[in-house]
Amino acid sequence: MSAAAPIRALRRPSGGVAGLWLALVALAAVAAPLLTPYAYDVQALREAYQAPSAAHWLGTDEFGRDLLTRLIYGARTSLSVSATAIAISVACGMVLGAAAAWFGGWFDRAVTVVVDLTWSFPEILIALILVAIIGPGTTGTMIAISVAYLAQFTRLTRAQIMTLKGETFIEAARSLGAGNAHILLRHLLPNALAPVLVSAMLATGDAIILEATLGFFGLGAQPPTPSWGGMMSAGSALVFKAPWIIIFPGLTVAITVIAINLYGDALIAALDIRAKLRRAA
Amino acid sequence: MTEPLILIEALSKRFQSGGGLFARPRAMMAVRDVSLSVGRGEVVGVVGESGCGKSTLARLVLRLIEPTAGTVRFDGTDLTGLPPAALRRMRRRMAMVFQDPYSSLDPRYTLTDVLSEPYRVQGEPLPTGRVAEMLGAVGLPEAMATSHPHQLSGGQRQRVGIARALALAPDFVVLDEPTASLDVSIQAQIIALLSDLRDRLGLTYLFISHDLGLVRYFCNRIVVMYLGAVVEVLPAATATPRHPYTQALIASGFVPDPAARRAIVPVAGEVPSPFNLPPGCAFAGRCPRATDQCRTTRPALSDEAHPVACFHPI
Amino acid sequence: MSTLLQLESVGVSIGTVALLEGISLSVERGQILGLVGESGSGKSLTALAAMGLLPLIGGRITTGQVRFDGQDMAAMTEAQRRALRGRRIGFVTQNPMTALDPVQRIGAQVDIVSRLHLGLSWQAARARTLDLLTQMRIPEPAAVAEAYPHQLSGGMKQRIVIAMALAGDPDLIIADEPTTALDVTVQAQIIQILGQIVRERGAALLLITHDMGVVAQICDRVAVLYAGRLAEEGPVGPIFAAPAHPYTRALIGCIPQEGMAKGSLRGIPGAVPSALAMPSGCRFNPRCPHASAICCETAPSFAPFGAGGVACHHAGVAS
Repeated sequence: MSAAAPIRALRRPSGGVAGLWLALVALAAVAAPLLTPYAYDVQALREAYQAPSAAHWLGTDEFGRDLLTRLIYGARTSLSVSATAIAISVACGMVLGAAAAWFGGWFDRAVTVVVDLTWSFPEILIALILVAIIGPGTTGTMIAISVAYLAQFTRLTRAQIMTLKGETFIEAARSLGAGNAHILLRHLLPNALAPVLVSAMLATGDAIILEATLGFFGLGAQPPTPSWGGMMSAGSALVFKAPWIIIFPGLTVAITVIAINLYGDALIAALDIRAKLRRAA
Repeated sequence: MTEPLILIEALSKRFQSGGGLFARPRAMMAVRDVSLSVGRGEVVGVVGESGCGKSTLARLVLRLIEPTAGTVRFDGTDLTGLPPAALRRMRRRMAMVFQDPYSSLDPRYTLTDVLSEPYRVQGEPLPTGRVAEMLGAVGLPEAMATSHPHQLSGGQRQRVGIARALALAPDFVVLDEPTASLDVSIQAQIIALLSDLRDRLGLTYLFISHDLGLVRYFCNRIVVMYLGAVVEVLPAATATPRHPYTQALIASGFVPDPAARRAIVPVAGEVPSPFNLPPGCAFAGRCPRATDQCRTTRPALSDEAHPVACFHPI
Repeated sequence: MSTLLQLESVGVSIGTVALLEGISLSVERGQILGLVGESGSGKSLTALAAMGLLPLIGGRITTGQVRFDGQDMAAMTEAQRRALRGRRIGFVTQNPMTALDPVQRIGAQVDIVSRLHLGLSWQAARARTLDLLTQMRIPEPAAVAEAYPHQLSGGMKQRIVIAMALAGDPDLIIADEPTTALDVTVQAQIIQILGQIVRERGAALLLITHDMGVVAQICDRVAVLYAGRLAEEGPVGPIFAAPAHPYTRALIGCIPQEGMAKGSLRGIPGAVPSALAMPSGCRFNPRCPHASAICCETAPSFAPFGAGGVACHHAGVAS
């Protein structure tokens, strides 16, 4: 059932368009060197500040670098950092949440208190503090983002497992002689997975914004490595002189995040788990 | 006389609920000092209304929950003291069919997954053709093996639940209201199936139900529970009740015969809260025969051929 | 006796799916009509049709007429129908746990019905509420009126729901499985109260149930639904003594009774067909022991039989 759900989500009009965009961005990120004749880090100061043209579709930046090229390479940074961060966050969150729900007692209370505490701070604040501690750069950003979203997945997994624990099929498995490992791995986690994955999908959209924000503050990927946030930061000073430098990365971030949310919504509809998510929230 | 298959002695379960920062926890005895035996091949019914402790008893017997006191012996082995590994091996010999056929099957599992789970859990290879054989035994087509529970009707799901319980050929099956959420037409099908399976496989059943009519049809011996305690054991399905509560239960059932219409004399009052039981007989507040003795002293289950816990049995 | 509620060959559809076909029923003052059938037979849908509440679930009446006290419900405005519900038609739902507002006191919830429909003052409404609770044999009605639903047991809540249905002094009460969620001893109390109300007030009761025992105990007539069609209808005496439709007979035979031989309870094979895959001919034919070639081809029409009617090519063969 869940194997087919991502496909079913694509059949919805909004899910299909969103999926197409995401596939396009992902493909461009992977195949970047094949798609563009320019290098992302070679400066050509004579060609700086060119408006969009046939040679430079999206124009060039203050160092004369092709903006489209940097955008495509930037997708590599932004997408891989956000996606990896969320993947780490989901993995850790599921283990923590499942353990808390399963073992209960003081461990559960401790996890819940920490989760509730982190939950009450905005993600950006947590991420900023962490980057300040770890130091700027892709690794720092990745860790910061994954910690910032950890509470969300821990909480969701815990809620899912708590509900599932009361289901009769868990008791039925026990009556057959099933141990903890069997019940966790064969019943609880598989059933908790779908809502967590959808929530991860939506969080990836937020993570892209968070990554761009950190990049904008100069805390993300360091020059000359392009990132969408870094590009916007550079463009912000030149917004009147060469508006395309900030507009195109901004648009890319916006469209990508909207696409992720649209696809996520389509996925929720395809999985029919809206009620489950609401219960957990 | 050989030892019965199941021997329950002085079994009790105390639940604590609530409690926290502001509330004092409240305790209740869900099952109070229940002793009971089930002979090989017998079908023993446990009947009572909601909150009487019958479902808790079912779970205690299979040690799905831990008793507060008392023992359960299964074929001579004390289940209550069994270490986990030995208990798991013992679970091959006893199984349970659950009330709610909707939540008792994992929605992600196919019927093949459901029916091979007992083997996987016990670390045994699944014999080829066993799934089809099990489906056939409960009257389901082999083609359903790849279906998911949501594609099945309530009756069909309950058949799957029965097949799962019988997968490893147990001796003893606890049936916890297996038909309570089904239509009467389907209930009768399931009862007929359980009856056939018992004859064919020589099973022993503990049948939990709120429906005295159904229990009287299906069981050899009937245990009547009220608020956690056994109030009467009917030695045969046709035995005349001696406890006023059992009589009230029978009087509350309606027979499908307008000619047998009678004035309804409902039992007065409400079931008292299990958290705040009266000191004497739990039924005294609703009983037409109650005296002062009933309100102050709790009657014990008598040691007779037809045991009853009542100072003024009928 | 006068006919209060009359359904004349009513058909109901949701979207393009026909769920009820040719349902004809009537309930008279002082009478209890039992409406029975398995889940999926269309019992609750019939109740919604009778109250004009089908739009709630996106359904509509496609054929026939529902008449209340001689008036065609379809010809009324929605405002008129709304005025009817609660005032002249009282409704008792299946689940007392969700029928009451959890944040309002019991008394207030019952008061509002008679204030709204009978135009009573606050004091008069409360007096009426206490009177109704007393009639429901609720101990300490004044204390219960001040309680919240969660403080009461299921049986108590169901009695409150009945009291609310009665607060507008209705002529017709429609009760949808009022005792299904309750324990047997409580069920007996509720059934007795319902029976008494009808006899004492001369109201009419449409009692939806799956329990043939309850029907035999208090109903005057019974209508048996199967897969959206009427299988049999008539006075309970003759129907229970000699059911003309094999389905009626099978339903009665599903109830374990004293003295029944072990193994004689077999149930009805198969299941109620889905509305999307109805068998042709008589809809009961795949499950019927008496089905013949004609049953698989032609749907039997509902024809008079004894003091009632039956839709079966082999009417009476079962008994």
